[in-house]
Amino acid sequence: MNLSEIPVGKGGIISHAEGRLRQRLCDLGFTRGAEARCLFAAPGRGMRAYRVRGAVIALRGKDARQVVMEEQGHA
Amino acid sequence: MHKTRTIVLAGNPNVGKSTLFNALTGLRQHTGNWPGKTVEAARGACRLNGETFSVVDTPGAYSLRAHSAEEEAAMEAVCFGRADAVVVVCDAACLERNLNLLYQVIEITDRAVLCVNLMDEAEKNGIRVDLEALSKRLGIPVAGACARDGKGLTALLQAAKRVMEQPPEPCRVEYPETVERAAANLAMQLREPLKGIADARFAALRLMENDMPFRRELAKRMVIHASVETAIRQARDAAGLEPEALSALLTESVYRAAEAACAEAVEKTDKRLEKQLKWDRRLTGWAGVPAMLALLSLVFFITLKGANLPSAWLAAGFEELEALLRSGLDALGTPPFLTALLTEGAFRALGKVIAVMLPPMAIFFPLFTLLEDSGYLPRVAFTLDGLFERCHACGKQALTMCMGCGCNAVGVMGCRIIDSPRERMIAILTNTFIPCNGRFPLLFAMLTLFFAGEGLGGALVSAGMLTGLAALAVGVTLLSSRLLSATVLRGIPSSYTLELPPYRKPQIGKVIVRSVLDRTLFVLGRAAAVAVPAGLVIFLLTHLTAGGQTLLSRVTAFLNPVGRLMGLDGVILAGFLLGFPANELVLPMILMAYTAGGGLTEIGDLAALGAILRENGWTALTALNLMLFSLFHFPCSTTLLTIRKETGSAKWTALAFLLPTCVGMLLCMATAAIARF
Repeated sequence: MNLSEIPVGKGGIISHAEGRLRQRLCDLGFTRGAEARCLFAAPGRGMRAYRVRGAVIALRGKDARQVVMEEQGHA
Repeated sequence: MHKTRTIVLAGNPNVGKSTLFNALTGLRQHTGNWPGKTVEAARGACRLNGETFSVVDTPGAYSLRAHSAEEEAAMEAVCFGRADAVVVVCDAACLERNLNLLYQVIEITDRAVLCVNLMDEAEKNGIRVDLEALSKRLGIPVAGACARDGKGLTALLQAAKRVMEQPPEPCRVEYPETVERAAANLAMQLREPLKGIADARFAALRLMENDMPFRRELAKRMVIHASVETAIRQARDAAGLEPEALSALLTESVYRAAEAACAEAVEKTDKRLEKQLKWDRRLTGWAGVPAMLALLSLVFFITLKGANLPSAWLAAGFEELEALLRSGLDALGTPPFLTALLTEGAFRALGKVIAVMLPPMAIFFPLFTLLEDSGYLPRVAFTLDGLFERCHACGKQALTMCMGCGCNAVGVMGCRIIDSPRERMIAILTNTFIPCNGRFPLLFAMLTLFFAGEGLGGALVSAGMLTGLAALAVGVTLLSSRLLSATVLRGIPSSYTLELPPYRKPQIGKVIVRSVLDRTLFVLGRAAAVAVPAGLVIFLLTHLTAGGQTLLSRVTAFLNPVGRLMGLDGVILAGFLLGFPANELVLPMILMAYTAGGGLTEIGDLAALGAILRENGWTALTALNLMLFSLFHFPCSTTLLTIRKETGSAKWTALAFLLPTCVGMLLCMATAAIARF
């Protein structure tokens, strides 16, 4: 399960980030154990906005796929 | 007297560093509610108890592991700037994330102060920060502030002075033991060569992580010998981690410390931001697109409607002044040719540029600043990103395009917020497709005269049409971006993150004063400065003759065939050439060329203007193509110089000149051909 699969309005616990944005995502607080909640989405298959550690960060789908979530279901 | 001591301001993007900097120094760095507003370090001075401190404002950075050009500038200032104190500015509402940078900074220096900004806003959102608990936890002074209202500044400066004189002992994050031991071993070898340059433990960790921007800066200051390389590799082996995994592990440790600190010092009730979320769902989904177009039309409508009358007044005023100036010069016995050169040439050009430019600018800039301060602009980038991704470009390009609306040179400079060099170049090359403020009056005049008519209804229609033209400009930008990424700037869309700041209520009074004083007068001053020489040139062109013809008619006769092919004429093209120093000049130059010698001076109102243009054979097609060529032609000289500076390459600058010019010429030729058909 990855971040892009989380539906709007739901959240989950982050396991870790991968790929080219790995360090950037870590620096933004996408680290193990943090909660990420999908707040809203742009039209079409555009960006999605996530709340992480109090900030709202928008990611493209292909980048959100690089954030692996814990398999605990939706919070 | 000892030397002036330096305070460096660092912090995440959009936490109010520039606002704090302005409040401390009394300067007026541009501020706005979106990440990436500041792209260059700025320097100012402030005073406390008779001592003057030098203050450095840095671009926002999420981390000292720099990810873009602006973050590298911030990293350099913090790591190697020899600051006497570093003030890390944080957003009270987002402390946990902000502490990531703070924990990195206290690894470099003991002389750090945490400034928790936006305390009032956070409190309104149900967030309370216990500054004392935080200070105890971090081991450094913590000062609360509301930089917007100038609250807490003295306490902050006192804290900064205190740490300069008695450095505290910050509580640094402790990493897993194997990492610490490996780093300590490497640090031992680095201590000697790094003396006076950087903290050895910090440098050791960053070298183990293979942090390239840091390494580059370090290499400017010390030679990294082969023995050091070996030691770095050994340290990595000892830690048992690849560079990337190590970075991730360190960041994770920092965040665990930040979590603990916030759990202790921050009280949150979760009522916050629910209202904001409602607005975001409204403004960013499918409904966001019409909302965006409507907002743009509204801005255009207010600008157009509001600017008409003052423009006419100014024009009339300048005519009277010109008559006064003329009689004054006559009374002084100035030779007639010189009098005419100064009045009909220099002064008239100046008057026209100001009359045409000042009112729309004085209305547009405050409106634009309101949007900027509200936090809406990043939402535009968010909504449009899908299109940019399809064109293999970066959504932040939308932000630089918004800035280009004010001034393309500013837009080009703003492209530094784009991380990927390829996508940044695309954004730079295509920025002039977006009409800057200097081109609006021409577009307004053409729409009103040839398409929409005057009056309230006309203004509404004009505003709608202008929005259409803006949409066309965006479309051409996207297509050109796609074209560039398929040819000279080949590549796949890169990855990036975009932070959406909370909506904030703009301070309306301040916005108006600031945008009129800082931006309007600045841009107007630049246009006025080139208007005088341009006025002299056009006067000479229209009055000096060679072979029985004025120089201008020789030039226009030469340009005429191309002009006709594009549905324009030689005079119009000459106007664009003369308007190269500033787009504001194009329409005034065209008018002065038409009316020179004809003895016509009164073109204060639009009806008279229309009559002159129609007399010279203008049709709806001429007006349309003039607008198209105004949208799509070479950048003005200021923008071109900025492009040269930002790209550092004559080749790319040439492409930035040719690309829009070719697009404009082709489009105009196409419409002209269709019309003839």
